Amino acid sequence: MKSNSLILGGLLSALVVIAALVSFLWVPFDITQLSIPDKLQTPNEVHWLGTDHFGRDILSMIMIGARTSLAVAILAVGIGFFIGVPLGLAAATKKNSLLDETIMRTNDLIFAFPSLVIAILITALFGAGAMNAIIAIGIFNIPVFARVSRGAALSLWQKEFILAARVSGKSDLRISAEHIFPNIANLLIVQGTIQFSLGILAEAGLSYVGLGTQPPVPSWGRMLADAQTMVSFAPHLAIIPGSAIIVTVLGLNLMGDGLRDLLDPRVRRSRE
Amino acid sequence: MLGYILKRAISLIVSLCLASIIIFSVVEIAPGDPASFMLGINAQEDTIAALRAELGLDQDKLSRYFSWVSGMVKGDFGTSYTYRSPVSDMIKERIWVSLPLALYALLISTFIAFPAGIYAATQRGKAGDAAVMGATQFGIAIPNFWFAMILVVIFALKLRWFSAGGFVEWENGILLSLKSLTLPAIALALPQASILSRVMRSALIETLSEDYIRTARAKGFGKKAVIWRHALRNALIPVLTIIGLQFSFLMAGAIIIEQVFFLPGLGRLVFQAITQRDLIVVESVVMLLVFAVITVNFIVDVAYAVVDPRLRRRV
Repeated sequence: MKSNSLILGGLLSALVVIAALVSFLWVPFDITQLSIPDKLQTPNEVHWLGTDHFGRDILSMIMIGARTSLAVAILAVGIGFFIGVPLGLAAATKKNSLLDETIMRTNDLIFAFPSLVIAILITALFGAGAMNAIIAIGIFNIPVFARVSRGAALSLWQKEFILAARVSGKSDLRISAEHIFPNIANLLIVQGTIQFSLGILAEAGLSYVGLGTQPPVPSWGRMLADAQTMVSFAPHLAIIPGSAIIVTVLGLNLMGDGLRDLLDPRVRRSRE
Repeated sequence: MLGYILKRAISLIVSLCLASIIIFSVVEIAPGDPASFMLGINAQEDTIAALRAELGLDQDKLSRYFSWVSGMVKGDFGTSYTYRSPVSDMIKERIWVSLPLALYALLISTFIAFPAGIYAATQRGKAGDAAVMGATQFGIAIPNFWFAMILVVIFALKLRWFSAGGFVEWENGILLSLKSLTLPAIALALPQASILSRVMRSALIETLSEDYIRTARAKGFGKKAVIWRHALRNALIPVLTIIGLQFSFLMAGAIIIEQVFFLPGLGRLVFQAITQRDLIVVESVVMLLVFAVITVNFIVDVAYAVVDPRLRRRV
């Protein structure tokens, strides 16, 4: 059953990634061309997912929107990963030291902030746009990765092979890079998929309130915001971008679950 | 025990101080002067300077920070730049929307999650479990503001059971007010209920594998009796933690839902204040939310230490 979730999750995620990649080379219609006579069409043979209030092809917008969503979420996860993991590993090398305490208490502090409010604060004060959305979402990924890597690294530092590496004269930095990191990589991949799906939701939320990706670049959240006033007579405008978000997040979550089961046999055993 | 509480209390105060510095700094370094923003692009230099002086923006940053913090300690959150009314009054007014909304959402989420989680745990590995788990995967993946839109279309526009937005004040009848909070609360509750069901399920499954459960079974208790009398009570600890965390999340996380339903809550207040550069309102409300989260965490930590002595040694 669990490998099913990995396969299903992988397929759904692959579908979104392929749509995003294909959009670089080809989309069914040019979305910069407005065609008012074709506006608000329901799905049909020409426009598979219908058209919006400007007569733009929704399938094309969804494909380019996938690119935006994935890019923002990947970069936001990247910020969390590249800052959070070294901090977590550093904290683990000197357990209970001032460094460890400082890093972990700062993490606790970031956790205490209402992330959505702060993300809205950052994007609104520093200017709405994809880049500030990436930073705003990314900041809250830092403590997550720091905590996961510290927790996993701490247990590894007690292991004999780490002791052996120490005896052979390797520095803490080298041990962290050469032995600890490869051993916690699985865990970080799983956490990465979860944060990735949360990033997609956060980007959609920010774009929905007008603080994420700015027009004319299509984004799923923005499409939903545009749909809001027309949803009573053109429900497909809301249903399609919403479904795109759900498929992506569902795919990533299922993949995360499947990967965790695959990579961590203890979880597999406790679930069976 | 006292030492532990003292240690946690010091950490609480340090966290609050740091949080106030961070919030103040973020708002301070942001581009855009509130006085120029309020007066528009055609304002004269001297008018802007006069307004800056009136708002206290001409003082140095450090003294402004200290007057903000000392005011908050006394319950004075300053005066809104835009509305010229005390921020504390605005918060008091809005909290009567946000707080009931959060509690309502939490109630719905718990009502869904408990039976769903318990059912899934008892049906572990069977079709019922798979159905509940599949549904929760969907629940987590659905953006709540999208779900809110769909609820509005179905229950407000088509069936006309609820209004599409707005809030009926409490003075006009509690039931009417609750009715206006129902759709927003359902929209907020969906992802929370999904998370809580999963936590409930795994906590119960873990408890059911404990030795004392086996002992109870061996003594002749039926499966249901064991779940209700022994397992559930012990499985509640992690579930209550998540409920505590969800409450603070719901207080702050309602910001987009309040936008969708035009609810005059704290989230909408912050959102409007941000767009109007009403920095004092932004700082104060965000600080209040952070204060709520940090304090809830502190209470949970201390409550755990009271219940479970092992935790005291860990910190």
